[in-house]
Amino acid sequence: MANETEKMIVAAARLLPADGAVFVGTGMPLLASVLALNTHAPDLLLVYEGGGVGGKPTGRLPIQVSESLTYENGVTVGSMDYVMSLAQAGWIQYGFLGGAQIDQYGNLNTTVIGDWEKPKVRLPGSGGGADLASLCEKTIVIIGQDRKKFVKELDFLTSPGYFTGPGEREKAGLPANTGPYRVITQLGVYGFDKETKKMTLLHLFEGHTLEEVQENSSFPIAISKDWTYVTKPTDEELTTLRSLDPDGVVIA
Amino acid sequence: MTVRTEEVSSRLYGWEHPDTMREYRKKHKSFAKKDKRTTLAEAVSRGVKDGDYIAFGGMGSVRNPIAAVHEIIRQKIGDLTIGTKGSQHDWQLLAAAGNVTKAEVAYGFGDEVRGLSRPARAAAESGRLKVLSETTNAGFQWRFTAAMKGLSFYPTRSSLGTDTLHYSGSKTIIDPFTNEPVELLPACYPDVVIIHVHRADRYGNCQIDGNIAEDIELAHAGKFVIITAEEIIHDEVIQQDPALTKIPYFVVDAVVEVPYGSHPNQVPGLYSFDETHWQEWLDASLTDEDVEQYFNTYVYGTKDHYAYLEKIGGVRVLRELEKIEKKLAPYPKVARRRGK
Repeated sequence: MANETEKMIVAAARLLPADGAVFVGTGMPLLASVLALNTHAPDLLLVYEGGGVGGKPTGRLPIQVSESLTYENGVTVGSMDYVMSLAQAGWIQYGFLGGAQIDQYGNLNTTVIGDWEKPKVRLPGSGGGADLASLCEKTIVIIGQDRKKFVKELDFLTSPGYFTGPGEREKAGLPANTGPYRVITQLGVYGFDKETKKMTLLHLFEGHTLEEVQENSSFPIAISKDWTYVTKPTDEELTTLRSLDPDGVVIA
Repeated sequence: MTVRTEEVSSRLYGWEHPDTMREYRKKHKSFAKKDKRTTLAEAVSRGVKDGDYIAFGGMGSVRNPIAAVHEIIRQKIGDLTIGTKGSQHDWQLLAAAGNVTKAEVAYGFGDEVRGLSRPARAAAESGRLKVLSETTNAGFQWRFTAAMKGLSFYPTRSSLGTDTLHYSGSKTIIDPFTNEPVELLPACYPDVVIIHVHRADRYGNCQIDGNIAEDIELAHAGKFVIITAEEIIHDEVIQQDPALTKIPYFVVDAVVEVPYGSHPNQVPGLYSFDETHWQEWLDASLTDEDVEQYFNTYVYGTKDHYAYLEKIGGVRVLRELEKIEKKLAPYPKVARRRGK
């Protein structure tokens, strides 16, 4: 049996294309990307903020986006300028994001809970998050779902989703045809409606209900009329995933 | 909910007119081949002043000048403003010890998969540390790029329309070519920059293996630049392959040989993370009392970096970290924050 984290990682890995590049952070995004690399996408190019491009690490997975394992057996190694320029120029189709709060348009908060001047909880800040959310073609958000995280209004808009609806990213000046693509939680996989740009349930993890999806969100979530259950992780996916994190740093 | 005020967003930190910096460089930088080698204590006391804006090289917890951070703590240099450009353990130690009172934040308050930094967060949440501005990792890179290029700003399409941009000191204008909004990031010239490198010569020419983060730009942006090097090598050796020189001597003000100067962090190709020491720090970081005890043991309780290296286990531990990085020993269990 796969645990919640494993199910989310497998669902994320399946979204990644056989021919493409993905901007990764450590933790679940990295596990998802390396799982894809080891299953259906051997040519997937992993790009890290520290400058590593195309690494295929051995021994363990990187725990830092700037460590030497990020470019072991890799394509090239450069600078923050190089990899962020790749993203800005449109080379990187996918980017992974997380957050403490998300709203119905996929905008994210990783900066503060409470007021910015006098924060109740200080969070890490944008890091590369706002860059990826702005510059990658499609972003995938991995986040735990409850009413405190799925909020009507963010305390701070760190990284751009669709702002307040269709056309708003373009109006702000962000690159055309970019934005949040999928949101993966312990309950299901969400997309964004073409017309409204609002979060919409596409797939549900087995064992969960449509009621739970709404109960665990402070904003209304539309349900796609074609919604399905997420296909269970295969034995190969689970075995490979567990071999990538034998100490359970992420999946325990 | 955050109240957005224009007054906050218009503030600039670390910015200078490019002509001011041209004059500064004329006065303070030199092409003379001077032997800039000194001790860590002297380099820090000469370069780091109370109230300075400081930034460190490397990224995250990789190739950071941790020995210099310890020396700043030992010398009790205070009221520093830090640029947390994808920064982790280096500045979080300073926040825990109380040396920094202000920060411009791209990434701070966390150690990636290891967890969040309680001491740094407590400093911000209690008001002991004032966050001056927000930016992004690319944002800080390009602020230093602007400084290196002698420009007052650098343009980007990142973060337009966000609160991050609103609190960044950036300005949005209409790009005269596309007629669409574009963000201008203000140049950033830290008062003092400390960068840890693999090798340097006595004049300050530096070799860095592997990823460079934004260290080339940072070295050209800093007003006073301290290099700590794993090894000082002969300048004739450096000259044999100029393509390997990532930072040229003329931007550098002081050079110190500091072996294992990034411990407990990694230096790519040389040594890995000291997970045992990391776990000790992460456990200590949970209470103010244990943080104080940690500093008493490893920083105030050691007269210099060499005494520190003995305290953390000496050659036996350091050689093991080298073996791990060279794949001659297995990776140990990754240290993570335990408890709340």
